[in-house]
Amino acid sequence: MRIPCTHCGPRDVREFSYLGDATLQRPDPGAADALDRFADYVYLRDNPSGPHQELWYHGFGCQAWLVVTRDTADHTITAVRSPAPSGAPPRGAP
Amino acid sequence: MRYSALSLALSAITGHRTSTPAWRDAAPRAAYRVVVIGGGGHGLATAYYLAKEHGITDVAVLEKGWIGSGNAGRNTTIIRSNYLLDGNIPFYEWSMKLWEGLERDLNFNTMVSQRGVLNLYHSDAQRDAFARRGNAMRLNGVDAALIDRDHVGALAPFLDLDGARFPIRGGLLQRRGGTARHDAVVWGYARGADRRGVDIVQSCEVTGLRIAGGRVTGVETTRGAIGADKVAIAVAGSSSRVAALAGLRLPIESHVMQAFVSEGVKPLIDQVITFGAGHFYISQSDKGGLVFGGDIDGYNSYAQRGNLPTVEDVCEGGMAMMPRLGRLRILRGWGGLVDMSMDGSPIIDRTPVSGLYFNGAWNYGGFKATPASGWCFAHLIARDEPHPVAAPYRLDRFRSGRLIDERGAGAQPNLH
Repeated sequence: MRIPCTHCGPRDVREFSYLGDATLQRPDPGAADALDRFADYVYLRDNPSGPHQELWYHGFGCQAWLVVTRDTADHTITAVRSPAPSGAPPRGAP
Repeated sequence: MRYSALSLALSAITGHRTSTPAWRDAAPRAAYRVVVIGGGGHGLATAYYLAKEHGITDVAVLEKGWIGSGNAGRNTTIIRSNYLLDGNIPFYEWSMKLWEGLERDLNFNTMVSQRGVLNLYHSDAQRDAFARRGNAMRLNGVDAALIDRDHVGALAPFLDLDGARFPIRGGLLQRRGGTARHDAVVWGYARGADRRGVDIVQSCEVTGLRIAGGRVTGVETTRGAIGADKVAIAVAGSSSRVAALAGLRLPIESHVMQAFVSEGVKPLIDQVITFGAGHFYISQSDKGGLVFGGDIDGYNSYAQRGNLPTVEDVCEGGMAMMPRLGRLRILRGWGGLVDMSMDGSPIIDRTPVSGLYFNGAWNYGGFKATPASGWCFAHLIARDEPHPVAAPYRLDRFRSGRLIDERGAGAQPNLH
């Protein structure tokens, strides 16, 4: 499997580390139901068979994080983008 | 027909012309008391013990493919109970005890071979960790022996005992561990369940769960709707997909795990041996092939096939442990889907939907657990209360903080 890094072009999967689901959103720790929402955030996954947005780290390359959209049924990669830049408000923030 | 030496000999003399299928190819009925989704080892064992231990024979096992087509035919056949944590040891030891009596119980040759499982250690720190593990096992009544380098060398002289990088200092040996014939396990359970009246329905994929008022009432399948008082999910590898039919999200990621077999050679490796400085384990099948594997590929996958980096990693581990492996050719490699859970331990529990039960999250340890998994899941389904040795395997243990994390890796499934 090769991953088309947005900075380096197509690179062998050996250069990357996998973190997992990129769609998870860190809950507001001040919310009344924060405990339940953090438990879901830390432990529960959609785990789809099909397109999956996931975080990969190009450790043996440009050392950037990437959001890769990959089909978990056949490893086809349809999109690669950078995550939201640091300092940007988290997704789901008011 | 009950098998015996006499019946097998008579069958052989007559060219097996009188042999009959070991189980019926049942068509689904309109309704059952219990429907088990998944005709792998765990689902079939569940049906078998429901019938045998609890007298519940109005049971169907629904299998998408055919018996033996999934993970039951993709594992490395190792059985052991060398765990560290109190939440795991009693369960896996109960499984070990069931393995020890399985052939007599099933009247089927599952080729259980207690040839020993040897975990190698390569440093003082690793020896201390293995001593702790061995002591935890012995405190729970499980056999364990810490052996030194010379003892390892006597058992397995072909290992790279004094390699400069990973010298072998000794090992933790569970003599009662070993291997079993994976296909025979599902065949034996299928036959045993069928003989007690269970319907085994193949080529029957579950496409939906019928739920009314928070209670399950049946399943939709590719062979029509089937009513059920209770529905039991035992589809490790695809657990999230089936649970999603009930609107549930699970603490599970599906990953692919590869395994390999070499060309057949004369008897070479007596035990199951695992490498302590990497992730590699190997044993020899009765047919002569060396069966081995290592890490999962490490990313979410439903592909049932892996990638080359993991093949190389497994082979590098093998070469570091046992250099003569390099003279053998790999005959076959394959991939199976595993439920990797958030603490590396399984789940056997009720679900928020009344009458719907879940068994899964076996990570890459499902085969050895087959008998106890079926035993405990049947107990849960029949009595609506967890079996004592499986009581820690709760679905809500993640939220409540009662995790069973052997590896200590945290909520990162590809690290367990």
